[in-house]
Amino acid sequence: MSEKLLEVLKTAGLDVLSCMQCGTCTGSCPSGRHTGLNTRRILRDARKNRTKVLSDDALWLCTTCYTCQERCPRGIPITDALLELRRLAVREGFMLPEHRKVSETVLECGHAVPLDEETKKKREELGLEPIPETVQKYPEALEELKTLLKTCKFDKLIAEK
Amino acid sequence: MTKLSLFLGCIVPNRYPGIENATKLCLQKLGVDACDLPGASCCPAPGVFKSFDKATWLALASRNIVLSERMERDILTVCNGCYGSLADANMELKKDPELRASTNSYLKEIGMEFKGTIEVRHIIEFLYREFGPEKLKDYITRPLDLKVALHYGCHLIKPSKDRNLGETESPVFFDELVEATGAKSVDYTDKMMCCGAGGGVRSGHVALSLEMLEHKLACIRQAGVDCIVNACPFCHLQFDRGQLAVNEKRNGLFDPCPSLFSAPWPSAWLFSGRTRNRTECSPEYRISCKSL
Repeated sequence: MSEKLLEVLKTAGLDVLSCMQCGTCTGSCPSGRHTGLNTRRILRDARKNRTKVLSDDALWLCTTCYTCQERCPRGIPITDALLELRRLAVREGFMLPEHRKVSETVLECGHAVPLDEETKKKREELGLEPIPETVQKYPEALEELKTLLKTCKFDKLIAEK
Repeated sequence: MTKLSLFLGCIVPNRYPGIENATKLCLQKLGVDACDLPGASCCPAPGVFKSFDKATWLALASRNIVLSERMERDILTVCNGCYGSLADANMELKKDPELRASTNSYLKEIGMEFKGTIEVRHIIEFLYREFGPEKLKDYITRPLDLKVALHYGCHLIKPSKDRNLGETESPVFFDELVEATGAKSVDYTDKMMCCGAGGGVRSGHVALSLEMLEHKLACIRQAGVDCIVNACPFCHLQFDRGQLAVNEKRNGLFDPCPSLFSAPWPSAWLFSGRTRNRTECSPEYRISCKSL
């Protein structure tokens, strides 16, 4: 990892240096009640450029509820910073298999949750068209989407490293 | 009034079509000019895509926005996740010329350009601002005698700096909308807590996700309500299918929350005879909904 975490955060407009380690974030975290997710420690690791934070599974226990960010007495965009750290982690190849699968589903059919036969039936019972007016109905729109994802090199990003 | 395109996202059309149907009926009844948005894709889901790659997240979101820009219509979302993704992307691209230029370089490959000419709305926020509870009361033909536990969900109101829907610790606008139906919104412990599904946690760490849900359900049960009302189909999925999973985990000994209503608020109430907000966790309640 050649980039310094703090630099990357700064470039993204996310200044975590004003953190005074008060722990309001950790104390407010609904996920942290049940797990080892310690937001305060993640921020501390980031400002100290401890790259091990990127391989820490705790990074993926955040539900992005933004409570820490709303309550931070220093006004630090904590959730946004955590999302930035996740994106760095993904670039380093750290990605849960389940998340890889969701990404592949979008690459394949344009939806994170694709249509299934049961729902098609439900739709018809309700008087709706069996296939909704989304990318699923229009092959040319799906092709367009796939081209866009490839242009962004998303397929390469999510491939196992 | 604003012309809208209805952005369906993934969960509504592909898992809970009752929400799609109810939303369309509701908008029609209220005289809102809203049409389909053909060819729209996943918003993309902020919890996962925004966590993976910003350029891809912006590119996919902006493609959806451009589809609606071409129709000269604001986007109406019926999901907190779609709202979060599309409203945030729209805002970031409007205010940051560099980001817009790089996103447009991707969009160019498919002959599109983000222009920044429209707004992104959420149905609850739209109904509150454009109609308001007092006006909506006139549309209620069968007032509801129900005690409900409201769940705002996180991304409808947060981050507050970008939402402008007031403070986030104890907001009231959704409660006011629901109470316009005659129902009573009951306060409960940790009402503003996350349902546990967001941020890729439901997909990546399902056990944790269900633990958070169980806590929330325990608080709701203590409040003694008839049902849960939510503003987001992903929270809805968590409350609905999540309860089934919790029950399985507890070897069938879990007492499911009495009932469950689904997202776009006025739907079931205004058109209860004609719509079906099917819930998996309490099918018997669906019948009582239908007979309202």
